[in-house]
Amino acid sequence: MAQGTTPIESPETEPGRDFTTVSGREVKPVYSESDVAPGDLEANLPLPGEYPFTRGIHPSMYRGKLWTMRQFAGMGTAEQTNERFRFLLSRGQTGLSTAFDNPTLYGWDSDHPLSEGEVGKTGVAMDSLQDMERLFDSIPLDQVSTSMTINAPAAWIFTMFLANAERRGIPFEKLRGTLQNDILKEYIAQKEWIFPPAPHMRIITDLFSFCAEHVPQWNTISISGYHIREAGATAAQELTFTLQDGFTYVEHALAAGMSIDDFAPRLSFFFNSHLDFFEEIAKLRAARRIWARHMKERYGAKNPRSWLCRFHVQTAGCSLTAQQPEVNIVRTALEALAGVLGGCQSLHTNSMDEALALPSDKAVEIALRTQQVIAFESGAANVADPLGGSYFIERLTRDLEDEAEAYFAQIEAMGGMIKAIEKGFPQQELTRAAYEYQRALSDKRKIIVGVNEFVNEDEELLIPILEIDESVEPDQIAAVKKLRESRDNIAVSRGLDALERAARTKDNLIPHLLDCSRAYATEGEITQTLIKVFGEFREQSFF
Amino acid sequence: MSGSPIKVVVGKPGLDGHDRGAKVVARTLVEAGMEVVYLGLRQTPESIVAAALEEDADVIGLSVLSGAHMTHFKRVRALMEEKGLGDRLLTGGGIIPTKDQETLAALGVGRLFGPGDDPDAIVDYIRDWVREHPREDAV
Repeated sequence: MAQGTTPIESPETEPGRDFTTVSGREVKPVYSESDVAPGDLEANLPLPGEYPFTRGIHPSMYRGKLWTMRQFAGMGTAEQTNERFRFLLSRGQTGLSTAFDNPTLYGWDSDHPLSEGEVGKTGVAMDSLQDMERLFDSIPLDQVSTSMTINAPAAWIFTMFLANAERRGIPFEKLRGTLQNDILKEYIAQKEWIFPPAPHMRIITDLFSFCAEHVPQWNTISISGYHIREAGATAAQELTFTLQDGFTYVEHALAAGMSIDDFAPRLSFFFNSHLDFFEEIAKLRAARRIWARHMKERYGAKNPRSWLCRFHVQTAGCSLTAQQPEVNIVRTALEALAGVLGGCQSLHTNSMDEALALPSDKAVEIALRTQQVIAFESGAANVADPLGGSYFIERLTRDLEDEAEAYFAQIEAMGGMIKAIEKGFPQQELTRAAYEYQRALSDKRKIIVGVNEFVNEDEELLIPILEIDESVEPDQIAAVKKLRESRDNIAVSRGLDALERAARTKDNLIPHLLDCSRAYATEGEITQTLIKVFGEFREQSFF
Repeated sequence: MSGSPIKVVVGKPGLDGHDRGAKVVARTLVEAGMEVVYLGLRQTPESIVAAALEEDADVIGLSVLSGAHMTHFKRVRALMEEKGLGDRLLTGGGIIPTKDQETLAALGVGRLFGPGDDPDAIVDYIRDWVREHPREDAV
């Protein structure tokens, strides 16, 4: 019987193995009661649906409503993307998410000289209300919720969306969806800005205020850590910079005279789910807890809906490999499961071919099916926060929360997030983290299967790759030129003049943007009008 | 080869904001003893070649993940020939399909790197290329 009680001899650790997370965090061989501070569980772990929501925002979580399956899609022309939308809906997708091409994301028209070669390449080309009408043709906008990933020119893409709903007779109050509209993370990570921070922040608060009155079911912003993580941040940096951006939007809206409970319930978030399974789950749980505490205790929100950190999750694009792309299906499944166990409200699963091109129909269908397997086959959706109370998960959640709070204090000491961004602080933090991660891969301290270990030397690519037809760009350019000839140009000039005048005052710009959109002013014309007033932002480059 | 370090101009042409790769590579080249002029985002082929001319760079490295690689690499290569930089290396990386890499190679573009490639391999490639292709003005 002695054998039964004596552990079998084995070395403490196998030589050459790494026991840190993707973010470089050391983890112990085992966690027990002593890793959780006395009283921590009682204070932080009420049931799901109870403040501070560590365990989820709803009491029954996915029993009451599954997460929304929302695949990010967009390529070529509005007609092509409309076809992809309908394909995804026919396969059981439950929400839409729009990817725009680079010229659209920068606020430029397809015929701008710097748009050359970029039209329709990484998303759909959108120049005016005309493209918006085609993009959502035959899609019931009062029934399907729609997300639009657009930031610097978000307000005038949104007014094109509103003008389209109006033409179709759909009341604004029935529209449900999300506008990304998060400019701060653009300066930090994604780099698609137009103006300096102050005018962008003004337009964002204008939109909060307009939607509170006219489009009450719309999520006016999706405060995003996704891109920050993709640019190289660790889990703790993603958590910190995202929530600190969130506090900054709150403070700007308060300074503009809004009251917290008028806009806070429509703030939403967007996180990455990377490969380190438990750390990602802990990050999502920590995000809810931190946001709830700050909203209630620091900003004095009274409406419980203002306390909720509701978020979309996307699996990590930067974890996908071009080598043996089929293996990405497995990576994405693990990351998606972490998103679900972390309590996301909507989820995008990347397709296996996205380190090579925009996804093919086949690849995107497998990605969607991955979510359906988790939802309907794995049992993971049956129980709310099934990992709650795990020593390891609770300790990680606590550590991430503590790290974020320490970072918040550091950023506050710099004078807040906008000052920190202007100094390049978050940018430098994540550039450094990206370099350190790459060194760990080059030195093989971290292993990526098929990339720096288990390499298949005579690999052949066996999956289909989507190509964007070269005719998209000339067709789109011809369409926007024709539009400028056929529309009522007097109405366009009148709208743009009024917009320019309003931009020089403190008036809410959204009604003016809506007038311009109704008149088929192009995205680039609106952008150029506002640049006359607000100027352009230039980044200092460093590496 | 003289003792002066290899000089590389690194830039991101067009509208693509994905600069993680370009920055990691720039730092890796510096750590390997090269001199790097990092131009940053929203460059045009003209601004990149002008910088290479002014800096008398040995190598131009472009990073393009936006799908606009054919437009940008072709234009930069043509401008290099036009401005007398035809004997310098044009290399780079991004999401660039093999078929397009082959088309660009036929136009005189060097090896292009992609996701998963080790930045140290880029260092080796540049060193080897510069050793094997002495500049016409080197003597």
